[in-house]
Amino acid sequence: MVKIIINKKEVSVPENITIMEAAKRVGTLIPHLCYLKEINEIGACRVCVVEIEGKDKLITACNNVVEEGMVIHTNSTKVRKVRRTNIELILSQHDCHCATCVRSGNCKLQEIANNLGILEIPYDKEVTTLPWNKEFPLIRDSGKCIKCMRCIQVCDKIQEMNVWDISYTGSRTTVDVSYNRKIENSDCTLCGQCITHCPVGALRERDDTSKAYDAIANKDKITVVQVAPAIRAAWGEMLGLKREEATMKRLVSALRKIGFDYIFDTNFSADLTIMEEASEFLERLKKKEKNSFPMFTSCCPGWIRFVKSQYPELVPHLSTAKSPQQMFGAVAKSYYAQILGASPEQIYSISIMPCVAKKAECEIETMKDAGAGQDVDLVLTTREVVRMIKAENIVPSILEEEEFDTPLGVGSGAGVIFGTTGGVMEAALRSAYYFVVGENPKPDAFSEIRGEEGIRETEFEIEGTTVKTAVVTGLANAREVMERIKSKKASYDFVEVMACPGGCVGGGGQPIQDGMELAKERANQLYHLDKINEIRFSHENPSIIQLYQDYLDKPLSHKAHQLLHTDHFAWEMPPTMKGARNLKW
Amino acid sequence: MSRLRITTENIAGQTVDRLYADIERRIVASPPGLCPVDLTLSFLKLCHAQTCGKCVPCRVGLGQLQNLITDVLENKGTRDTLALIENTAQNIKDSADCAIGYEAANMVLRGLSGFRDDYLEHIDAGKCNFNLNQPVPCVALCPAGVDIPGYISLIGEERYEDAVKLIRKDNPFPTACALICEHPCEARCRRNMLDSSINIRGLKRFAVDHAGVVPIPLCEANTGKKVAIVGGGPAGLSAAYYLALMGHEVVVYEKRAKLGGMLRYGIPSYRFPRERLQEDIDAILSAGVKVNLGVNIGEEITIKSLREEYDAVYIAIGAHTDKKVGIEGEESKGVISAVEMLKNIGDDRMPDFTGKKVVVIGGGNVAMDCTRSAKRLGAAKVTIVYRRRKVDMTALPDEVEGAIAEGCELIDLMAPVRIEADKQGRANALVVKPQIIGKISNSGRANARDSMEEEKKISADIIIVAIGQGIESRHFEENGVPVKRGIIRAMADSEVTEIPGVFAGGDCVTGPATVIRAIAAGKVAAANIDNYLGFNHLIGCDVEIPAARLEDRPVCARINLREKEASERKDNFDFIEYGMTREEACQEASRCLRCDHFGYGVFKGGRVAIW
Repeated sequence: MVKIIINKKEVSVPENITIMEAAKRVGTLIPHLCYLKEINEIGACRVCVVEIEGKDKLITACNNVVEEGMVIHTNSTKVRKVRRTNIELILSQHDCHCATCVRSGNCKLQEIANNLGILEIPYDKEVTTLPWNKEFPLIRDSGKCIKCMRCIQVCDKIQEMNVWDISYTGSRTTVDVSYNRKIENSDCTLCGQCITHCPVGALRERDDTSKAYDAIANKDKITVVQVAPAIRAAWGEMLGLKREEATMKRLVSALRKIGFDYIFDTNFSADLTIMEEASEFLERLKKKEKNSFPMFTSCCPGWIRFVKSQYPELVPHLSTAKSPQQMFGAVAKSYYAQILGASPEQIYSISIMPCVAKKAECEIETMKDAGAGQDVDLVLTTREVVRMIKAENIVPSILEEEEFDTPLGVGSGAGVIFGTTGGVMEAALRSAYYFVVGENPKPDAFSEIRGEEGIRETEFEIEGTTVKTAVVTGLANAREVMERIKSKKASYDFVEVMACPGGCVGGGGQPIQDGMELAKERANQLYHLDKINEIRFSHENPSIIQLYQDYLDKPLSHKAHQLLHTDHFAWEMPPTMKGARNLKW
Repeated sequence: MSRLRITTENIAGQTVDRLYADIERRIVASPPGLCPVDLTLSFLKLCHAQTCGKCVPCRVGLGQLQNLITDVLENKGTRDTLALIENTAQNIKDSADCAIGYEAANMVLRGLSGFRDDYLEHIDAGKCNFNLNQPVPCVALCPAGVDIPGYISLIGEERYEDAVKLIRKDNPFPTACALICEHPCEARCRRNMLDSSINIRGLKRFAVDHAGVVPIPLCEANTGKKVAIVGGGPAGLSAAYYLALMGHEVVVYEKRAKLGGMLRYGIPSYRFPRERLQEDIDAILSAGVKVNLGVNIGEEITIKSLREEYDAVYIAIGAHTDKKVGIEGEESKGVISAVEMLKNIGDDRMPDFTGKKVVVIGGGNVAMDCTRSAKRLGAAKVTIVYRRRKVDMTALPDEVEGAIAEGCELIDLMAPVRIEADKQGRANALVVKPQIIGKISNSGRANARDSMEEEKKISADIIIVAIGQGIESRHFEENGVPVKRGIIRAMADSEVTEIPGVFAGGDCVTGPATVIRAIAAGKVAAANIDNYLGFNHLIGCDVEIPAARLEDRPVCARINLREKEASERKDNFDFIEYGMTREEACQEASRCLRCDHFGYGVFKGGRVAIW
């Protein structure tokens, strides 16, 4: 412990903690902008400066540690002046058209500037604009970038993709796609973690809400919506709802109010994915020597983009099963069109996803197996849907709870945990066990898989066969596991990877709360929903049973292959530039 | 009204003069990797401020050039803009009245040819080819990437053993570098922006002098792989050290009687005492490196057989042959090569120059080593003959001044013409031709030419030729190792692509260079040989580096190392340099600006903890 004085108050704090952390412990919050705990502690914005007695130069609180006897002032005249001036300087280069900014009201810069009461900026406005491909699912607005470097750090440290880098030098220094690439030619996985960690509106998803409104307005189209599992754990956050208030049923009601025709649940197609993927896994296991082992899950489009660009040689390991989003789209435009007695072309398939990469997934050339254009026409992120709810002036807290439509609105508890790391694996093992043994395991038999660790290895016995599993979250961890597999340092049978830390609950399309990682809290909500679901096994979902009976025959059937499986070799990702890195050592 | 007056500078003028000095130092400390187009614009702005305003091309043109270059930088430029920049600059160069204008334009023109690609990248792609990828200047400029702010902070905390451990992570020759490194690390030290660079080598010297014997880390488990190293100099031994730490079996083949290469056979002991060299060699050998002394690859053993016997081979034979001036009489008795002389000294076979008149031909550090050694070997008179000016000599200024202080003489602007000998074939004079200094080449080097004055004769008993070294690469060439102009061709990762498993590095690949570059080559080779053998052992260091102090950093002059007075050092081979005192070392360490923590280093590249 060291003794320090913060704002005239003497306190003892542990050694080696930062001044910011020490101040927080005694209830003094130091404003900060670029700082992101353990990811970006670089003192770039100079907003968290404090004055230390005996020193002329102000010190950043975010990345300097307390020393015995330090006398710290967090709000001295000098600190106040500097903090204000630095915010004014940042604002002089920031496109302050807050009214048209997606982050207005949820912007760290706006919050600090407002708190400081900055009403005028004494400097000339110098906003730069760099060109950007507005068709790409990830949009960067250079005029809003405050060069906090968080995106670079998140991409480097959490995802190890190095998509972002410093561009230009000196006064022109800004952030741009690394290696002078255009974003569409890069190996960006579209995980969207840079978006959710941006303090301002410089990074966002491509806004597709107007396309959704167009579809609603189009009399010739039947809008069919699917809602991904992770949405239900997060959609209320930006609407001021408590987690228990923000129920799925209220969201269904809100979506109907907006004007979508049929509201369904991606949990349904998550169950369908399990039927196919678990069956595929057992098939592969039968002829282990002939097949690429381990088998990788294929639900996460960020992960698919990662494998294809970073480890193309490992693509054969991917399950050929489509993601729940794409299975849903294919089923909606075939089986469900048939139920409705409509032509597949009439269906306009919209999915609501916690994810930016899903926007690219639905556009993949081959994803049109139902034969009526793209199987999924449009993907909206959680944030976009919340914006639509706000635009409709819907007050969600007074909404009546409403049920999903049937039959594609029925999902099991196994389907709902798809939204969190380990969920796909757990759901698959529940059904795989049933397929092998002929009876259900306990629903929570595989809960050992759950957790927060980025790489979790577990072994299970199913009828004398040991199944070695690895569950991976975050792409830096994925790289680590791929290297282990390639170097034969580890051997697994089944590997689940989700690109975003914590899985889809922490997805790049989810609501943003600056400086907070909410994946765990949201995951707990999903596990709760699993627990209270009457159906805990994908293979017990009555709508799934019906679908196979009436339409698909059985898992891995010819029809199932046609609609529910995909050829991962049919499209390519730009290769990684990692080899070209000019690192000195 | 007086007819004439003495002008005294006012405060504003004095302040501006000091600011000029600050800018000069700031330019010295300019970080590598800046956009050259952006820099051109900044330079132009300064040039434009210097214009007197009389002439059109300079007063107006330099401003318009700035506008055009700004367009390029702000993605508003086209190829036409570039053509206009070129035409305008050419016009200013051709028509400005004085150097303020035409030299400013010339800078722009030089940039247009020197980094045209970057202009085009800005214009065509809206991007810049450059980036600031060397955040900590000293580390970036150290070829071996030694963690300099790390060890300086350890010295500041009097943790000398830890400092040596940290240095060894990247450089197994801490003592050698503490004593004789050319310290490229100091060149762009950010401290120059305040006063002057940190005395990095001096601090390292203090650490190695006070650390005692520092044990090396434990070696990794034996991999069962065998690596042969050809050459026991700094490159070979560095590779050997790291490969041994990685768990490989390493055998060094050294042609001479002792290890050390040019550290022993090139650098005299008054600069680097042999027992201090032994400290580094002992530490390296303690990793379990095996040594075969007196074995010449190419005679007893061929490179081919070595490659067959070992899993990988590293060629690091250095540059140990002499070069001839190519003048008449060079084969006379008494004419010796620098390499020969220093080799004998390295093997303790001291030539006797008592009472002799010695002439040294050359202007590099090796020439200075020969000069000062000749003095110590009893020569009555030692004269350096150099064909350019003293300021053009490539030797470190301290070495030249040191030699002069010890009583050696320098005759510059004299080109050797022939050596005259007596009837017994003994050299007795060097005939030289006076030169005139003139044009400066593109590389910035001044050229000398015949001044058409009469030849002069310098009387000499011994003539030492110190004009460079060559490489004994023939055996390797004959066995399929690619060699071009005598130099072994290897890739930047030390690989000899023609023969899998063969790597090469150090002076034999770069030509004669510095010890730290050889060490860096050994480090690179070790990493890539390890990968070639199918491993990826990482080298790190468990020393915890102190957090950066938050104290203000007021201006404070640099502490330079002192030497023994000339009269005490000139007739013996004892070490001549004094180290710092503890107080000096603490003060000097506290001057470090900790670029690993403050500035870009805290964001990217501040510390490469493992490699």
